[in-house]
Amino acid sequence: MAFAWLPGAAGDIARGAATTILLIAVTTLAGTFLSILGAAGRRNGPVLLKRAIAWYVEIVRNTPFLVQLFFIFFGLPSLGIRLDPMLAAMLAMTLNMAAYTIEIVGAGLDAVPIGQTEAALSLGLRPRQVFIKIVLPQALTVIYPALTSQIVIMMLESAVVSQIAVRELTYEADMLQARTFRSFETYLVVTMVYLVLSMALRRLLVSGGRHVLGAGVS
Amino acid sequence: MIEFTFWDIVRNLLLAARWTVLLSLAAFIGGGIVGMIVLFFRIAKNTWSRRLASGYIALFQGTPLLMQLFLMFFGLPMLGLRIEPWTAAVLGLTFFASAYLAEIWRSGVDALPLGQWDAGASLGLHYLQQLRLIILPQAFSITRAPTVGFLVQLIKSTALTSIIGFEELVRTSNAINNATFEPFKVYGLVALIFFAMCFPLTQYARSLEKRAAH
Repeated sequence: MAFAWLPGAAGDIARGAATTILLIAVTTLAGTFLSILGAAGRRNGPVLLKRAIAWYVEIVRNTPFLVQLFFIFFGLPSLGIRLDPMLAAMLAMTLNMAAYTIEIVGAGLDAVPIGQTEAALSLGLRPRQVFIKIVLPQALTVIYPALTSQIVIMMLESAVVSQIAVRELTYEADMLQARTFRSFETYLVVTMVYLVLSMALRRLLVSGGRHVLGAGVS
Repeated sequence: MIEFTFWDIVRNLLLAARWTVLLSLAAFIGGGIVGMIVLFFRIAKNTWSRRLASGYIALFQGTPLLMQLFLMFFGLPMLGLRIEPWTAAVLGLTFFASAYLAEIWRSGVDALPLGQWDAGASLGLHYLQQLRLIILPQAFSITRAPTVGFLVQLIKSTALTSIIGFEELVRTSNAINNATFEPFKVYGLVALIFFAMCFPLTQYARSLEKRAAH
């Protein structure tokens, strides 16, 4: 094993890690937002919308992320939708994560007692206010640990987007090992970077969740 | 240029899907065996053994599977072993699966009341007999749904082995796509084949979950 190449490569690795962090930050925000809409739609929307959301969830959950990514990046241009790699990666990651978190958010909404809604309505709040101010915060507190796990899983899954030449951590590793001929060492170092990132991300999410949602979050 | 009809594409993809199925089965069986060993370490009375197993699980659950496959593919030759994509794929997925399965089964063991162990001991069974006759059958039985759920995840994960050069469904589809330039059709079909493999298992896991809830 030889690590003499490492000091010169630190900049590339850091840049790759920054892109990975950017990808997961965008995915987390967009994916969570989409899954709240999706879960609400599946509970209260028209029948056709409910069915469409159910199918979307099943299709995404039962096919590999890599295939979804290729479909979006290589397949959509034949429909006239051409995305650059970064945008395609963000879209694929967001759509993938939302399929999992729709189920999670849905379970959270189910966990809030119906009496909460009734009480809020009887206080004169409009249905939308009830959802945003009463039901959703309680649901998010319940599902926060599951949401955290899903975000970390998605961050690890994002290694795959190197395959459509998004310059994130894995892509930088591929470039580095081609240059240094130290494949094993390069991937070992980058694997450790991923390990640190996933542990830091989990810790950040837990402490951030405590801060925003209150002490009940673990 | 060779002309590919729609049925040529479908036939080639289905032929390649055999390898996806075979790899999934090999990794699931291998992962089950290694996972059992990890489970023994994870629930042992010795603190260090438990810590070691926890570290193993955290390592595999905290790093991307793609990196694990790369390390397997490039690392084993350094130990003097000549390695084919198939070997790297099976070994990589086996270790990956072992960590997840051990953790799933561990949750089953933890869910059992401690009285089950005591009852076994009071019948004069020693540790291994308690595990084999009392604890593990119950732990497996209550974790059947997540185990099947993980199998679905494993089948989807085999797609990543295309990146280290294993000729399964996704790698074949890349080759076909390069020849036909019909990515929409090709990747759509690949998604459909994966869906056909995974959806029944997902439904099965769901029915197990419902049965367990009653």
